[in-house]
Amino acid sequence: MANKKKGKSKITVYPDWCKGCGICVEFCPGRVLELSSQGKATVVREQDCIRCGFCELHCPDFAIVVQDKDFVEADKLPRRRSAKTTDKGE
Amino acid sequence: MNEITGNEIIHQYLRHNKKFPHVLCAGCGHGIVLGTLIRAIHTLAIPKDDVVIVAGIGCSGRLAVYVDFNTVHTTHGRALTFATGIKMANPKLNVICIMGDGDALSIGGNHLIHAARRNIGVTALILNNNIYGMTGGQSSPATPEGSTTMTNPYGQLDASFDTVALARGAGANYVARGTVFHVKRLEKIMVEAISRPGFSVVEAITPCHTQYGRKNRYKTPVDMYKWLKKAAVPIDRYEEMTEEQRTDRLPIGVFVAEDRSGFEERYLSLQAQMRAKGGK
Amino acid sequence: MARPRKRKEIFALGNEAVVEGALLAGCSFYGGYPITPSSEIMEIMAARLPLTEDGVFIQLEDEIASMGAIIGASLAGRKVLTATSGPGFSLMQENLGYAIMAETPMVLVNVMRGGPSTGLPTSPAQGDVQQARWGTHGDHPIIVLSASNVQECLDMTITAFNMAEKYRTPVILLLDEVTAHTREKIEIPNPGEFEVFSRTVPSMPPEWYKPYEETVRGVPPMPPLGSGYRFHVTGLVHDRNGFPTQRPEEIVELLERLHRKIDQFFYDIQLVDTIETADADVVVIAYGSVARSAELAVRQARENGVRAGLLKLKTLFPYPRRQTEKVLAHARTLVVPEMNMGQMSREVKRVNMGRASVRTINRIDGQIVTPSEILKVIMQG
Repeated sequence: MANKKKGKSKITVYPDWCKGCGICVEFCPGRVLELSSQGKATVVREQDCIRCGFCELHCPDFAIVVQDKDFVEADKLPRRRSAKTTDKGE
Repeated sequence: MNEITGNEIIHQYLRHNKKFPHVLCAGCGHGIVLGTLIRAIHTLAIPKDDVVIVAGIGCSGRLAVYVDFNTVHTTHGRALTFATGIKMANPKLNVICIMGDGDALSIGGNHLIHAARRNIGVTALILNNNIYGMTGGQSSPATPEGSTTMTNPYGQLDASFDTVALARGAGANYVARGTVFHVKRLEKIMVEAISRPGFSVVEAITPCHTQYGRKNRYKTPVDMYKWLKKAAVPIDRYEEMTEEQRTDRLPIGVFVAEDRSGFEERYLSLQAQMRAKGGK
Repeated sequence: MARPRKRKEIFALGNEAVVEGALLAGCSFYGGYPITPSSEIMEIMAARLPLTEDGVFIQLEDEIASMGAIIGASLAGRKVLTATSGPGFSLMQENLGYAIMAETPMVLVNVMRGGPSTGLPTSPAQGDVQQARWGTHGDHPIIVLSASNVQECLDMTITAFNMAEKYRTPVILLLDEVTAHTREKIEIPNPGEFEVFSRTVPSMPPEWYKPYEETVRGVPPMPPLGSGYRFHVTGLVHDRNGFPTQRPEEIVELLERLHRKIDQFFYDIQLVDTIETADADVVVIAYGSVARSAELAVRQARENGVRAGLLKLKTLFPYPRRQTEKVLAHARTLVVPEMNMGQMSREVKRVNMGRASVRTINRIDGQIVTPSEILKVIMQG
């Protein structure tokens, strides 16, 4: 399952919100992220992302967004999920 | 991938007129708890207007200001009393209390046990970081024995509270513990806690590196997450362990899951009954 | 005009009258903890509220929780009440400050008993007057009312609710054990015969609502929780959006508005009754059950040829300065009888500034101040 998704993600880190705690860097199974010289998480091996979602779930500052690459590129815009599309009641 | 994990969804629940990043330290688990709570509310599709976040004082108390719900930042330890009033005044609201360990177990300990006894329909989310963070790292009732803190520079003498045992003993309807390392499990717990009737207690273990970790053999925030990864054991596995294996381990999962109706429901039905009788 | 409808008369305790007044004013939430000599208020509420359409009664684990619960309920849109006595009042001070800061309407009845500490649980006193004014920490405005007989217990409770709602502030009603436990005949006013004020709610779309914005009255509109106006409530000093701030100009703006919203309505808030004060040389300034003794003493003094008068304080704080100034225009002597060591006479002396001679009568033995005691001092001139 993981392999199917490998390389299909677009990862965005908002440096302004990143405090450089290093959780995402430490626990990323694909070693996708590293801390930059300024101490911010940066994407270095996006192609190795298996879309486990760990970094996004564990970022205490909501600074990482992982998206579907195809979707983002098709739109040429950062994908914005609407809260409504996932509402169970809809 | 339609699974609700994205931070984009969380961004929609944050107050856009608040400055980010939030005030909490790098690596503080509180942000993760907040994100998890937002996902749980999103999963349950509860409208923002119907959610009331009641917070106490301390680092955890600061979370309320960032989310776009009805938010009430109360006095130290008293969050549950405000929540009780809100729930009784308007039972349709989903009332979620965010408290720290000092908040819920020390200054607010009495309110916690009585909210549990009364089984008021409120979700109590206790963010246990084993320390008083905001005031500068003094011992809390959840500080492990032997730890070094600002008020116990030679080692903590008292035993620490077991939140789960306390909540269970006081009669809470739902009691669970999770950690900010095991986020998906924590989210599942929160969904269940919010959707059950009566009083739910969720203890979220969330590390404080700045005030606790640094002084207690954890060099970086990451070390604290490694500790969580190692120490937390699902309750069923924990039960099979020997006393020796249990040392320094922390059982996580659901400890109590009942469906007793909340105080507000019982009150309303009593009221209906009395009124049907026409008074006396 | 039609003949006024006959009012229902009941024979009630002061504490019962408080309940009647609260229900007439629209109170639908009571949270409390039992304590002598206020418990009847709680007991009667426990019997009455569940029989009303949406009334909520809840007994909490302590007085701290009582305050928390009623503030929560008030935020959710209810008119709320709690009642207590000295030791419980001390515990309520923490959240009383919160209610002031978060501008939450609520009424707190404190039936005063002897203190300090557990003191004299079943005896009257007026020892909590300055605590009512300054008990919670920090600079703050507060409205403190009192009642001297059972009818006033009802009337002043209605007034307390109206002021709480009008000014978005906690209002304290100070009774003493004598007033609370006196049973006498009172009239229940008919609907329409008294004012009922409810808090102003926002009248703009939620996106434009600023919870602590400046208004003419200094009192911002207040929506109930869950009504679509999502905002942040906090006990921290906050800006107009309700978010915590440490900017000096925003701190000053908030604290000044909190004071101003009370200060600019002294004429509405400072309530007194005057008896024979127009030409009085000797004016008794009294409140609570003592004012009853004082009234008799004043009448007896008049019979004896002394031009005595009574200024009965129904509002204790903000202290009715103007009304005191008025009697000071001709009074040579002010007599201040109290069941404490002189908590209100301090206020009187502050306003008097040495003009008239101020004679105090202070009882701290758990006994009432009798008319003859007051008369004796009046006759001394």
